[in-house]
Amino acid sequence: MTLKEFWHRLGSPKWFYQMSGPWQRVFAALAVLLIVVGMAWGLAFAPPDYQQGNSFRIIYVHVPAAILAQSVYVALGAAGVLLLVWRMKMAQLVLENLVGFGAWMTALALFTGAVWGKPTWGTWWVFDGRTTSTLVLLFLYFGLYALRRAIPAREAAGRACALLAVVGVINIPVIKYSVEWWTTLHQGATFKLTEAPAMPASMWAPLLVNVLGAYCLFAANLIAKLRTAILRQEQGTAWVREWAGQEARP
Amino acid sequence: MMFDSWQAFFAMGGHGLYVWMAYSAAAALLVANLAGLRAERRRARRQLQGQLRSGAGEGSDASEAP
Repeated sequence: MTLKEFWHRLGSPKWFYQMSGPWQRVFAALAVLLIVVGMAWGLAFAPPDYQQGNSFRIIYVHVPAAILAQSVYVALGAAGVLLLVWRMKMAQLVLENLVGFGAWMTALALFTGAVWGKPTWGTWWVFDGRTTSTLVLLFLYFGLYALRRAIPAREAAGRACALLAVVGVINIPVIKYSVEWWTTLHQGATFKLTEAPAMPASMWAPLLVNVLGAYCLFAANLIAKLRTAILRQEQGTAWVREWAGQEARP
Repeated sequence: MMFDSWQAFFAMGGHGLYVWMAYSAAAALLVANLAGLRAERRRARRQLQGQLRSGAGEGSDASEAP
C-alpha cells in the first residue's frame, strides 16, 4: 500500500473501523502494562529526592498528565487543519471525541501540580508562567466543548471548533517555554531532546515508562472513542447493520 | 524497595497525604475513563441492535441515516 493510498483510507471511517480493533487491544494492553510498572516503580523503587523527599514521586503522575494535556491539544490542532483544508471525515470525528480526554488530563496535571506545590513551594497555587498557561489550556478545552454544543449544525460546529483548535495551538509553545521566559516557581523541563536529563537514570527511567504508557493510553482511548462514534455516524449503512447483526448473536 | 515497612511506604516521609492524593486522582480518572468508554460502547451497540430489529426487512439504505 502506497503512502497516498494509506492517506485516503485513513479518511474512510469504514476502513478505520475494520482495521483498528487489533490496534486498540495492543495499545490498551501496553498502556496497562507500562502504567502499572511505571507507577509501582515510581512509588516504591525510585530513590527519594535529596531536597523534596518523597513528594517528588508525584512527578510520575504529574509529568505524563501534563505531556498528554498538551499532546492531545496538538492532535486537535492537527485534526483542525485536516478538516479545514481537506474536509477529512475522520478529522471531524477526532475533533468531536478528543476534547473530554484532553480536558481531564489538563485537570489532572493542574491538580497533581497543586498537590505537589503545597509541600514543595508552600502554596497550592501561584500564577506563574507555567501554571497560568496550563490553566489557559484548560479553558481552551472548555471553549471547544462549549462551541460544539452551541452550534446545532454538525458541519458548522466542526469548522468552528477546528478554527479554535488551530488558533489555540499558539498556547502550546507558550506552555513549553514559560519556564524559560518567566523564571518563577515552576522548575525546568525534565526531558529535553538536546541534552541528557539532570536527574539520575534511577529517577527518570520510571518517568519514561509512565510517559510511554500515557501515550499508549491516549492512542487506545482515541481509537475506542472513534470506533463507537463511527458506528453511530455510519448507522444505516450495510456494513454497520451487518456488524450489529453479528454482535447480536450470543 | 526504598521503604523499610508498609507504614513507611504509606507515610511517604510525612508527604503521604500529597503523594496519595495525586496517585488516587490519577487512578480514579483512569477507572472512570475506562468505565465511560465501555458504557458508551454498550449504549451504541444496544441502540444499533434495536434499530436492526425494528427496521429489519424495510430495506432502508445509507442515505436515510439521520
